Order: sequence, then structure tokens, then C-alpha cells
Amino acid sequence: MIAGLTILLLFQLLGELTVTALRLPVPGPVVGMLLLFVALLLRGHAPQALASTSQKLIGILALLFVPAGTGIITYLALLRREWLPIGVSLIGSTVLTIAVTALVLRSTGTHLQGRPPSQTRQS
Amino acid sequence: MTDLTSLWRAVAASPLMWLTVTLLAFLGARWVCDRARSPVANPVLLSILAVATLLLVTRTAYETYFDATRFIHFLLGTATVALAVPLHQRMEKLRSMLGPLVIALVAGSLTAILSAVALGTALGASGPTLRSLAPKSVTTPIAMGISEKLGGLPPLTAVLVILTGILGAIIGEPLLDLLKVRDPSARGFAIGVASHGIGTARAFESSEEAGAFSGLGMGLNGILTAILIPILAALLGWI
Repeated sequence: MIAGLTILLLFQLLGELTVTALRLPVPGPVVGMLLLFVALLLRGHAPQALASTSQKLIGILALLFVPAGTGIITYLALLRREWLPIGVSLIGSTVLTIAVTALVLRSTGTHLQGRPPSQTRQS
Repeated sequence: MTDLTSLWRAVAASPLMWLTVTLLAFLGARWVCDRARSPVANPVLLSILAVATLLLVTRTAYETYFDATRFIHFLLGTATVALAVPLHQRMEKLRSMLGPLVIALVAGSLTAILSAVALGTALGASGPTLRSLAPKSVTTPIAMGISEKLGGLPPLTAVLVILTGILGAIIGEPLLDLLKVRDPSARGFAIGVASHGIGTARAFESSEEAGAFSGLGMGLNGILTAILIPILAALLGWI
């Protein structure tokens, strides 16, 4: 648990340092994720402690959005004023984005076509 | 009865109460979502509704609440780093899909930005709202940075990003069923590109493979959007 968390924090820190040093317009954790991914590629496999801590954290991912998401209460007046353009734009754009991404992926990835759902390990 | 008031003040001033409230709201939301077989029953949405209602009823400032729950918010960054692990476990599949993934990413990223701005413009959204809408599909910190450079309102962008995430989490699965896209990696990737981390949390509930590719879509679209929006904004004459 602690060993896994330490590895994650280390890469989060590396991500923050990279972003600050190179003045990247991307958040530290996203760079940290890419760095950890590269490290895992070089190493070949994830240490057990890292794998289990990551799985636990990802299991509560939804909870981690609650503090920031509750910030919506500070913009209730603006949302009430512009609810129609905002609502249509968000719903329309989200539907289009999911559809375009999935359909382009299906039509370009020929090996995926016509194949039944692949076996996945249910979490 | 002054004791009740002073007790409330003491408790409300400590981070302990809002941390506990957040966890209780989340557990309650998850309990409801496990039982209600409706796609609208989304744990992020229900938790936010519960906490927001309580803040409004008790007249607690959002800043007080956020200060108290900073610890939970901090872990969001750590969990983002952790997304590398399930993705790495599917390296073979990722390698086999690399070309199509890149093409789908560019198509999805452009669609997300342009359709949001076009629909907002058509329905008369104000300038600052439009600029805040453009980066709505990417993870909050990237979106806020982009919005600021464009002349949007970063806190409003954060709200629009959260709403987009919840929408993607709710609409994604039924929409992909309708389109008959069955491959879990394609489903996850599309949800991640359109609705970042909240969509990714939902994708992990379906399968680990969908979640892993959703995390990939989220990370890649965050980076691509940060590159694309300044170019598009220059073409539109925004900058």
C-alpha cells in the first residue's frame, strides 16, 4: 500500500517538476501518468504493490471528483441565465464526440470489425 | 439551546465534518446507483447534488467546503498517475490499435471543440461562455489553463467540464449500444476523449479494459486539445 503510493507520488512529483521546468500547458499528473507508462514499458511489468494501490485508487475515482464538482454551486446564476445554449452545446457536443470517436475507430481499425465483444476481465 | 449553535460552529469549522459528509454522500450515492438500474443514477452526479444541497441549506461557502476536502481533491492527481498501470497491462492491444487510435483521437478532439463552439454560437451563448465551452471535454486543469489563455472564465470552464463528464458518463454506454460499438477498448476510448476522468470512472465500472482505454483517451485528448485550441482560435480570430 505505502510502497505503491510512494511510487505514484514520486511520478506525480516528477510530472509536476517536468511541467514547471518546461512550462508545459498540461497538468503535472497527466505528465506523471505518461512518465509512469514509459517507466512500466522499460521495466516490463508493474510491481505488485503499485498494481494493487492503483486499482484501489481507480476504484474510488468517482469520489475524487466531488470536491471540485461541487463548485458548480458558485455558477448557478450564470447557468440559469444561459442554460439553453450551454445545455444544447454540452449535450450535442458530447453525443457527437463519443459517436465520431467510436465510429472512426471502428472503421479504421479493421481488426475490430465484426468481432464479438472481446473477453474482458470484469473489475 | 445556545449549545447547539456553538456545537454546530465548532464542528462546521473543522475539516472532519465535510470530509465525513463527502464520504457519506458518496457511499449513499453508490448504494443508490447499485440498486437503481438507470443510467442517470451516476455516483458523481448524486454525490455532488447531495453535498451541494447541504451546503446551500446550511449556508456554507463553497470555499469553506473545498478547503476542508482538499485532501480528497489532491488524490485526484495521484489517481490520474495510477491510470498508467491498467493501460500498461493492455500494451499488446494498444500497440495493435495505435494507428486507428491516433486517427480517432484527432477526429474526436476536433469534433469536441468545434461542435461545442458551433452549437453555443447558434443558440446565442455570450463570448466568455463560448470561450469557456471550447475546452469542455478535457480534464479540469488543462481546460482551465486553455480557457484562461482564450479569455474565457476558468471557474466556469471547470463547471462545464464537470457537467460534460457527467453527461458523457450517463449518455456514453446507451449511445454506444445504439451505435453497436461493442469492443470495450473502442467504447472506453470514445468516452475518455469526450468526457475525461468522470467518463473514465464510469468506464472502469463496465470493464477494466474500457477503463484503461478511457484513461488513455482522456490523457491524449488533454494534450491534443491544448495544442489544437490555440491554432483553431487563431483561425477563428479569437486571439
